[in-house]
Amino acid sequence: MTIRIKKGRSGKTMRDTIQEMSGVDLGVCYQCKKCSCGCTVSGHSQSPPSEMIRRLQLGAGPELLRNDLIWTCVSCETCFARCPMGIDLVAVMDALRAMAVAQQAPIPEGNIPLFNKAFLKTVALFGRTYDLALMAVYKIGTSSFERDADKIPVIFMKKKIALLPSLSPGRQAVKRIFQKTGQNKGIIR
Amino acid sequence: MRYAYYPGCSSESSARELHSSSVAVTRRLGIDLITIQGWSCCGATPAHQTNRVLASSLPAANLVLAQDMGLDIVVNCAACYNRLKMANYEVLNHPGMREKVAHALGRDYDGSVKVRHLVEVLLEDHGVPAIAKKLTHSLNGLKVASYYGCLLVRPHEVTQFDDPENPQSMDRLITAMGGESLDWPCKVDCCGNSLSLTTKSNLVVGFSNAIIGMAKAAGAECIATACPLCQVNLDLRQSDIRKQTGRQYDMPIFYMTQLLGLCLGLTHGELGLNKLVVSSSRIENAVNAAVV
Repeated sequence: MTIRIKKGRSGKTMRDTIQEMSGVDLGVCYQCKKCSCGCTVSGHSQSPPSEMIRRLQLGAGPELLRNDLIWTCVSCETCFARCPMGIDLVAVMDALRAMAVAQQAPIPEGNIPLFNKAFLKTVALFGRTYDLALMAVYKIGTSSFERDADKIPVIFMKKKIALLPSLSPGRQAVKRIFQKTGQNKGIIR
Repeated sequence: MRYAYYPGCSSESSARELHSSSVAVTRRLGIDLITIQGWSCCGATPAHQTNRVLASSLPAANLVLAQDMGLDIVVNCAACYNRLKMANYEVLNHPGMREKVAHALGRDYDGSVKVRHLVEVLLEDHGVPAIAKKLTHSLNGLKVASYYGCLLVRPHEVTQFDDPENPQSMDRLITAMGGESLDWPCKVDCCGNSLSLTTKSNLVVGFSNAIIGMAKAAGAECIATACPLCQVNLDLRQSDIRKQTGRQYDMPIFYMTQLLGLCLGLTHGELGLNKLVVSSSRIENAVNAAVV
């Protein structure tokens, strides 16, 4: 693995920001690579998780936000479970994801930010998820109608999806949470 | 035994049978689940991928409701369980989180409500001897692969559920029901369901194939799960596995509560067994015939 980094950056580095957001000290990683060995998706991504940390240690910049591991990571937490230094890599990935969305970094494959946005929008509206609307928004947004289309008959036949949304009696409390955490602007458009 | 019950969004959509079988089983065992009035979504993965305070505040809105009831929370969805426990962990351990959550909720939450998975309650509070007394049917040597997935066992610092690499909770229940619980290596592997909708869904087929294939190789006649995401994925993806690899497993994917329900003499309808995509009728008939 060759890692090229640009020299001469000053001020707050991405590593500082990610550490602040995740609460993780990236300096303690000594590259044992147990995270990458156990990682569910490292064989199917541009970089294994240990490389992401190494890149941050060496002063990586916004180019890291285009790495597809950010969106292929399934948050299975195997890395965290096996890290001898107790690094919560999922918190690091969450910080990278939030940063990628904020900086509008290109999304490598699929569109998980759209899925997340649609999911949270149904929660903000109804207090609970509404799978049918979520699927519709995602399918329209990604033009991926043919994907898993063969499952639709069985999903409806077996009533594995609710036709109508379920209104939570606690939805006012949920609305307040979205407002107070500043997520209402990004989500409800 | 009384608990505040958090059903979670899947209880009204993709995993109605997890909800109905949990309700039926606990009723039969005399465990009192009181649904939290006004429960709302835990935020699941989209919340923690988006905003850390949002990801703690959405579960906390439910935790305070249980606190008002003065009861521990029981959850049967592994994903909700994980998020509710994570909210407690964050409020207690992440500097400033308690104040931020209090600001979002409009009231203070101290992170003290105990969050339990139904499997833990069955084993730790109710206990195997008490369950054994109520069994009317036996799994009669049925070979079961218990599949825990990610969210129950990881991160262990947060969930504190059993052992993170080789959990035994569901296996103990299977043994108590007269089944043969299998030792197999994919118990805590990830099924990759969160990639289902994205362009990487071919990966999910590979992960599911690896898990079901390993269970089959270990001699499993069915898989027991405790997570609605795993159940739906492993059950629904078997047609894709057949198309992509030519392997036909016909492996029934049960919820733990459905297997327990069968041994408690509950009916096909009460347990929502009609919702399984891969038919469970052979196993149902075998258990129904094995009266103890």
